[in-house]
Amino acid sequence: MKILVCVTSVPDTTARISFTDGDTKFSKAGVQYITGPYDDYALSRAVELKEQLGATLTVLNVGEADAEPVIRKCLAIGADDAIRVNAEPTDAYFVAEQIAAIARQESYDLILMGRESIDFNGGQVHGIVGEMLGIPSFSPVMKLDIEGTKAKIAREIEGGKETLEASLPLVLGCQEPIAEWKIPNMRGIMTARTKPLRVVEPSGSDSLTKVQKYELPPPKGACRMIPAEEAETLIGLLRTEAKII
Amino acid sequence: MSVLIFAELDQAADGTGSLRKSSLEAIFYGAQVAGMLGTTATALVIGSAEAPELELTGNYGATKVLHATAERLAQPNNMAYATVLAAAAGQEGSSVVIIAKSSLGDAVAARAAGKLKAGLVSNVVDLPEGDAASLRVKRSIYTGKAFAITEMKSPVKIITIRKNAVAPQTTDAKAAIEAFSPTLNDQDFVAQVTGVEKATGEVPLTEADIIVSGGRGMRGPENWGILEDLAHALHAATGCSKPVSDLDWRPHHEHIGQTGIKVSPNLYVACGISGAIQHLAGVNGSKVIVVINKDAEAPFFKAADYGIVGDVFDILPRLTKAVQSAG
Repeated sequence: MKILVCVTSVPDTTARISFTDGDTKFSKAGVQYITGPYDDYALSRAVELKEQLGATLTVLNVGEADAEPVIRKCLAIGADDAIRVNAEPTDAYFVAEQIAAIARQESYDLILMGRESIDFNGGQVHGIVGEMLGIPSFSPVMKLDIEGTKAKIAREIEGGKETLEASLPLVLGCQEPIAEWKIPNMRGIMTARTKPLRVVEPSGSDSLTKVQKYELPPPKGACRMIPAEEAETLIGLLRTEAKII
Repeated sequence: MSVLIFAELDQAADGTGSLRKSSLEAIFYGAQVAGMLGTTATALVIGSAEAPELELTGNYGATKVLHATAERLAQPNNMAYATVLAAAAGQEGSSVVIIAKSSLGDAVAARAAGKLKAGLVSNVVDLPEGDAASLRVKRSIYTGKAFAITEMKSPVKIITIRKNAVAPQTTDAKAAIEAFSPTLNDQDFVAQVTGVEKATGEVPLTEADIIVSGGRGMRGPENWGILEDLAHALHAATGCSKPVSDLDWRPHHEHIGQTGIKVSPNLYVACGISGAIQHLAGVNGSKVIVVINKDAEAPFFKAADYGIVGDVFDILPRLTKAVQSAG
């Protein structure tokens, strides 16, 4: 079996978000980059499947050279090799095109990624890749088992979950609790240094969407504190002042 | 030319479909965009629904509703629905497609974008600016910590909107119903849905106007009754923080935050949640935030509009009573 896991390199969840160049660029200064938390779930499940069933596991990142620490960490966790498409991941359609181009050359049985990146939160790439390859896509997947050429899947829906069966190949957007995050061990970190990381140039069309400007939310006004002994007055304030109940 | 809106149905156990509230918002949004572009709005409804329900799309601004009822479409299916949506966009010559964010809507949007080579922007929080050739939309990014003004120039543009992107106003207008039977693709029906487990009679978190949410300060799943009582009195949905879902006090689909569900209700009431940055990221689209916590130093108070420093076990029942007596 051949598994492809697509990963993003994104600002840490606690990163302070700010912009430069007249609010047209994300300020990377002092920001720690991590593997997308949802991508980490996808990778962890892929490593488990590799151990159970035997598989080759490739990680793919569409990103610039500064994403390589994240790619090396994925190799340390258990991927066999890596591909980086050397381009800024500006738009879901563009990123999907890059992934689909690689997938057409290699015909993977399973293409996994996070349900969404935590920078742009689009959650669209898996679906577009599935469409481009003409194979099913599902998200957010919280359980995945492989039996022969069939996948048994549970995905979260509003207020519950849906279980599905589908034949490989598939594209899946993953989230917890599909697997426990894995932490690289020393041996993994050592071997990751020499595992192949291929850099390829992007193909296909330009981005279909373009960010013109970034904005931060307006600063929050002061919190109005209500003494505990007068808690009931909150309800009146929500009715008459905030007018929301 | 018309603006096309994918209007999602909730199917009751007996098979009757009702339009989701988020989809009614999407129709109103689409009608506003249509007005801006000098065209009309067409809703697409897939699955079983009665005529009055379909006509309701007109109250929100659609002039026409395409209704696809092929038997194979009764079960929601992102691939087949995207095929139907793409066919509808072709028939209507739509350059703009509007979809409310949901587990189905997101997937249909992505697959349709792949089919139509359409620019796709998700989590849009406000009406667009511009014209049919170039639309600018404001989308939420970094899990609500920022916004991006994004330009869309592709011939077909797909926008998914977050709850409260618009505040709908309704009229008595009715939409004309038109049966829609595009060619379906067998390839779209290869996956088998083997089961659906769904809490019944609950408002989905992403659609709720009011959410009452609990954290570790609730001390255990057995104490959720007082939170549910307040939620019930306010006609609210219930949510929880990540530790609560990790501890299995509450199901994962109630987990609100950076790695859970992102919500943008009118009112978010946080009970015994300290307000880790990852939780705040999931709720900062809320219009009004109330925080109840016995720790006056809880970081959540900095993000709140109203705060009460106190014990949830004392405060919640009193609030419930206050809502009921004022009711």
